[in-house]
Amino acid sequence: MNEERITEKLNILADAAKYDVSCASSGSKRKNENKGLGNASNGICHSYTEDGRCVSLLKILLTNHCIFDCAYCVSRKNNDIKRAAFTVQEVVDLTINFYRRNYIEGLFLSSGIFKNADYTMERLVRVAKKLRTEHNFNGYIHLKSIPGASDELMNEAGLYADRLSVNLEMPTEAGLKLLAPDKNQQDMIKPMGYLRNAIIKHSEEKKLFKKAPQFAPAGQSTQMIIGATPENDNVVLHSANYFYKNFKLKRVYYSGYVPVLADNRLPALNTAVPMVRENRLYQADWLMRFYGFKVNEIVNNAQPHLDLDIDPKLGWAIRNMQAFPVDINKSDLQLILRVPGIGLLSAQKIVSARKFGKLNWDHLKKMGVSLNRAKYFVTCNSNEFERRDLTGNNIKQFILATSQSKYLKNTQTQLNLF
Amino acid sequence: MALTTLIYDGTFEGLLSAVYEVYAHHLQLVKLHTGEWHNSALFENVITVTTDETRAARVLKGLKERVSHIGIQRLYAAHLAGIAGEDINLLGYMRYAFDSPVNIEEDYGNKYVTRVSELVRMVRREKHRMEAFVRFQQLTDGTFYAGVEPDFNVLPLLIRHFKSRYADQKWMIYDIKRKYGVYYDLHDTQFVEMDFADLNKPNSVVAAFAEDESVYQHLWKNYFNSVNIASRKNTKLHVRHIPKRYWKHLTEKI
Repeated sequence: MNEERITEKLNILADAAKYDVSCASSGSKRKNENKGLGNASNGICHSYTEDGRCVSLLKILLTNHCIFDCAYCVSRKNNDIKRAAFTVQEVVDLTINFYRRNYIEGLFLSSGIFKNADYTMERLVRVAKKLRTEHNFNGYIHLKSIPGASDELMNEAGLYADRLSVNLEMPTEAGLKLLAPDKNQQDMIKPMGYLRNAIIKHSEEKKLFKKAPQFAPAGQSTQMIIGATPENDNVVLHSANYFYKNFKLKRVYYSGYVPVLADNRLPALNTAVPMVRENRLYQADWLMRFYGFKVNEIVNNAQPHLDLDIDPKLGWAIRNMQAFPVDINKSDLQLILRVPGIGLLSAQKIVSARKFGKLNWDHLKKMGVSLNRAKYFVTCNSNEFERRDLTGNNIKQFILATSQSKYLKNTQTQLNLF
Repeated sequence: MALTTLIYDGTFEGLLSAVYEVYAHHLQLVKLHTGEWHNSALFENVITVTTDETRAARVLKGLKERVSHIGIQRLYAAHLAGIAGEDINLLGYMRYAFDSPVNIEEDYGNKYVTRVSELVRMVRREKHRMEAFVRFQQLTDGTFYAGVEPDFNVLPLLIRHFKSRYADQKWMIYDIKRKYGVYYDLHDTQFVEMDFADLNKPNSVVAAFAEDESVYQHLWKNYFNSVNIASRKNTKLHVRHIPKRYWKHLTEKI
């Protein structure tokens, strides 16, 4: 093995892949078979980079040679950077050896488009096939499905991979046309549609025949870049909701645009990464998937932006004061889930524990409820509760004044400038 | 009401035997003490618990009728944490389970149930961290070795995960703090103790690294640095996810 060359390739191709934010290694139930290597089950973050993002998979490009010229992408054709390409065997060796040392949960393989979609997809599939069939590797594999690749290749990919994903890149077709003139949204939607149908078909077969092959057991996901084009949160979240509903996606990832290239269609190079906005979008995404919120309740034409100061659940609550207070000891789980400061686990604990006796503030606190926020919205078995008739805005001010926002540091440094 | 001190050996079986004593002597207020008893204050009731397999089994059987299979596993995990002074809460939990006509596992308003649930969360988190932070190094004989220093005694809880994942390689995970390890020989696992008396650090067993070992460590460090996005630097978040005490065994942080 030429150590120096491999190191250089790894540096180039990991660096080029890092803007893809998907990192999940959960949702698959692949077992270790015949005393082989690995399994894919719960999802484990093996390390965290200094920017605080998890490292779960070996996330690399097969190559950063690309025939496309997408404005937001470091690997774009006209960008003057070092290019490299791994051989199939090199990727296999790296994956196996990293996995054996417990560095990673598996492989996330993407690629620049070289020659054409099918040629590229065929190489990706070949890596996965080799890992599964020659090395008896049962770890997690996430393959990027290349827009425009044939159904046959998609099908083969699904048989070896745990998860497949096509990146939408931009929340709207107009945004995509502006920044990625070589791509069109139809090419991305087509494989998504194919995969949705194939996943449904295989999971039904699996119910009937235990021995039926697994097909992308961890489903498919996608990613949208946020802040490169002017779409507001209303557009972004409605687009995400559309894909969740129509393509049964497991996840939509939001990637705050990191300015890497000078281009007059894009935010300037010194623009800050919209990290707070990205965080609020994820919170909203969780509300839609786990808390029973409809997308219209979170953002709509009258409320097109998520509030950056407060989380979207608190935002909804102070706009809908008529829904509160909620009685912790009587209300449905669905209503308790809507209280700011009460998460999924605490909500379930509340509903279980109240069968044994009425709950008071102390109980709630012990269960992990954030009373700082919840106290304005609930009553419990106690004479102390918020008696003032506060407006939503009052509450927001009280909460902001008494809480330690994780973004407070940023605000302070900004204030110091004046 | 009289306070009774129960002296037991600190094992889970010992704890179950202590529960037996509580019911055999109709005790009300009790406290637990591990090991030898020196203080002999007047008027104090002291019972030395004999760790007894039959009695422990009887208590466990009774417990199984009142608490789910998972509930018992959780109790065991909480005990395994080995946090000083916490067994009294487990005892309280078991007494509450025995004295209540219904299953109390989800009564999060009860202080014992809440405390056990907290303990379990602490232990499970440490277990999960170890599943993530173990870093194997390959030795010349092909064995993959990792040294760890978990906050709690979680090695026994890790066996299932590592055995089903690394079924085709010999491995050893060694708890440097508690001076014992788990070794898998391609068929079974066993607990091992090694004598590191001659060596300054247990980590020196790596005197015999496999040929490729340093290459892959080097590649991994490179990879770790390449995937960082400098403009998103967030040290606070980074340290919250990987607290500094774990760094000395993480290849990428050394």
